[in-house]
Order: sequence, then C-alpha cells, then structure tokens
Amino acid sequence: MKGSIKFGIIAATLASTLLLQGCNDDDNNMQRSFNVEVTNLSHQQPFAPVAAVLHTSGYTGFSRGSMASNGLELLAESGDPGGFIAEADSDNRVLNSVSGTGMITPGGTETIIVQGNSSQPRLSLAGMLVNTNDGFVGLSDVDLSGLNIGESLQLHARVYDAGTEANTEAATDVPGQGGEGINAARDDRNFIAVHPGIVSMDDGLTSSALDASFRFDNPAARIIITRTQP
Amino acid sequence: MKKQFTALAAICMLGSTSAMAQDLDIKITNLTNAIHFTPLLVVAHDSNSHLFMEGSAASDSLQAMAEGGDTSGLSTDAQASGGNVIENPAAGLLAPGSHTRFMLMSNDGNNQLSLTAMMLPTNDGFVGVDSIDIPTAKGTYTYYLNGYDAGTEANDELITGGGAPGVAGIPADPGGHAGTGGSGVAMTDSNNMIHIHRGNLGDSDASGGRSDLDSSVHRWLNPVAELVITVN
Repeated sequence: MKGSIKFGIIAATLASTLLLQGCNDDDNNMQRSFNVEVTNLSHQQPFAPVAAVLHTSGYTGFSRGSMASNGLELLAESGDPGGFIAEADSDNRVLNSVSGTGMITPGGTETIIVQGNSSQPRLSLAGMLVNTNDGFVGLSDVDLSGLNIGESLQLHARVYDAGTEANTEAATDVPGQGGEGINAARDDRNFIAVHPGIVSMDDGLTSSALDASFRFDNPAARIIITRTQP
Repeated sequence: MKKQFTALAAICMLGSTSAMAQDLDIKITNLTNAIHFTPLLVVAHDSNSHLFMEGSAASDSLQAMAEGGDTSGLSTDAQASGGNVIENPAAGLLAPGSHTRFMLMSNDGNNQLSLTAMMLPTNDGFVGVDSIDIPTAKGTYTYYLNGYDAGTEANDELITGGGAPGVAGIPADPGGHAGTGGSGVAMTDSNNMIHIHRGNLGDSDASGGRSDLDSSVHRWLNPVAELVITVN
C-alpha cells in the first residue's frame, strides 16, 4: 500500500525524461561510480583495511585452487593491502583500486568508493581476518554491468585461506595476537581454498593462542554495492 | 539512497505485478544435524520494515525470540507496520531434518519476506533471513539461510533453563543430547550487533568440561535451513 502511494506521487511529479534516466544507461557515458559497503559479520575477527578493485574482465585478484600472488600473501598474512593494490594498479584491466581507511571491527561497517570508465565493470575485494594466520574475506570478479544508477546489489562474502602459511594459530604468527605479519616462506599447501576455520585452544589445538570466541562461520561479511551518480 | 532506489525500481517495474497481493507456497526445512528451531515467524512486509538487520543491534522483540523462542513481540511489531504474519506454521518445534509447508497471503505492497526462529540449544542463536524480494514470476525459488547470533547474551553453552531476555543460559536441548556440569564457554560476547553465529563449541564430557553441549552432535555449518517459495 505504502509503495503504491509513493509511486503515485513520484510518477505524478517526475518528467518522462527523468524516468528514462532512472531505467536506462546512457551508453555514451561510461563513467561508473560505486559505493562498496562492507559490514563485518564475524564475532571477533576484525578486518584489516579492505582492498577494493574495480576492473574489467580478465583481471583476477585471487583464484580458488591457484597460488596466491605475493601481494595477496602480504595482505593475508600481515593485513597490509599495499602489495595487492600495487599488483592491481600494474594491470591494464584495472580501473581503480582503493584501500579502506582502517580496520573494520566486528559489527562495524566501512564504505569504499570505486570509480572507473567502463560499461562492463567488475569488482573484486579482499581483507585479512586479523586473528588468523592467512585468512581473508574476499569477493572475486562480481559483474556490476547490470546495475543502474541508484540500484544496489547485496552479497555475502566467505573466508578464504591464502595457503601461504600453516594455520598454527600461535601468538607468534597471528598479527591480531601480536605475532609476525609477512613471512615469505610458503609453508602451507600453497593454493587458495575456503578457510577451514579456527580450531582454537578450547578444542585441543595446543599451539593456538585463540579461544573459541575467535571461531567463525561463513559468510563473514555483507557487501552492499550501490551504483551512484559519478 | 535506498528510498530513491525503491521509488525508481517501482517506476521501472510499472506494468509488472510486483506490488500486487500474492498467495505464496512456502516450505522451510531444518538442515542441521541436531538443532531444533522454535516456532517460526514468517512475515511479508514492505521495504521499510525489518525483523532484524545484520550489523545492527537486536530489538527487544528480537532478543526475546533469540534467547527464549518468544515470537509474540516480533509478531506484534510486524502487524503494527502492516505485515502479513504467519506464526508457528510447524505447530511447535521444527526438528532437525524436518520441514513445514504452508501458504502465506501477502497484501499489496508487502513485497519482502523475512523469517526468524531460535536455534536450540544455543544461547541467542537464530535462523533467519532479512528482506528477500518476493518473486513474482511463476516458478520455484530456493534460498539457503544462515544461523545468526543476536549479540545479546554470552555463549556460555550451559543448559540452565534460562530463556527470558537477559537471563544467562540455554533453555533446553529438545533433542536430549546435552550434558550437565559445564563450567561455561564464554562469559562475555564481544560483538553486540547481530552477526553470523560462530557455532557451538561443545565438548566430549557429558558431566563436566566447559560446555553442556556435545561437540560431536551440536555443531553446525551454514546454511542451517532451506527456504523454498513457489509462485503459482
């Protein structure tokens, strides 16, 4: 009922040209702008600054079953998105790559703005779960070409394991517990998989510095992508 | 921003049946191993209403549902904002592996669907979905639902009978697999917003340990439920 009242008022006041703008893309203008709203749905896994990459088809920030790039290893082991963003910037299919301004705490939200000149934009993003060895929340290659201005797409993102560091959960290895960040040694299976989760000291992993409150299930994040007026 | 989108979308869909009243055939299946769902609350509502929102604090009504299975507050809230409400379609608990199937008649303008039910045994865990766009074209639509933590009670995993809002402990394990004598898993929770439930820890000590729950019985991974909407 409420919807139809609102519709009536707007339909009566909007000119037909405005109406067309709302429904169709103007193909002569390929400038695109998106708000990427990231909400941390974990219990106790702050996200390190999230890297958001707007790109065209062909760029791959990470690929399940494949080896992590050095930039992704740095992001997933230390939380630093700089290498991942530098790799994106050196790829000519990347339109824009942006780092979030800080940690996203559990229950918290950050909105990152990405922009570029393409009618076929796609989005990838990654951010470390800081109380893991090399876990990151990620989205890969989401097609945004169908979004009109003002429209939103809501997605949920799962947690991946970069495969570059063994999941010791030890205080010396987990940045959120004061442990080291990047270690160039690749002492795990060396391919990207869905993260097997936190075992925790409460469930028999004697090397773990993490209690059961650090465990998580998927999805770890809600992502709302809204196309805005550039 | 969201309001604007809704308005434009409504204009774009002029001539379709999106804002019309619908008769929906709904089937909900409990996909867990050993977690019961308390009486379900299923609501068709407009785009301004929510039973809950991820990343936001639980309402008092949501807390009462998540800690004790009491849907009366959420039902009153939903009806007050014009929602079409189905309460307790399974006539009691929805056991693991079981399903319930029922009809929901949605009014003109109520084009979103939400549902909730407490997960037992948990402290404040619930199965839910917030604001699915109700499909309008003829067909069968399947959704997989997650387990949430209301963020209102520490996950101590102790069966104490405590189901009132603000009272620690788990009301019961309807499946009868729980132990006793646990010392408590978590004494506080650090995320007070509605978030994805980290799962039960449990342990293998039926008469002691940290948890009254059984780690080989009471765990789950998402999704915890399947929702099937059939538009005839």
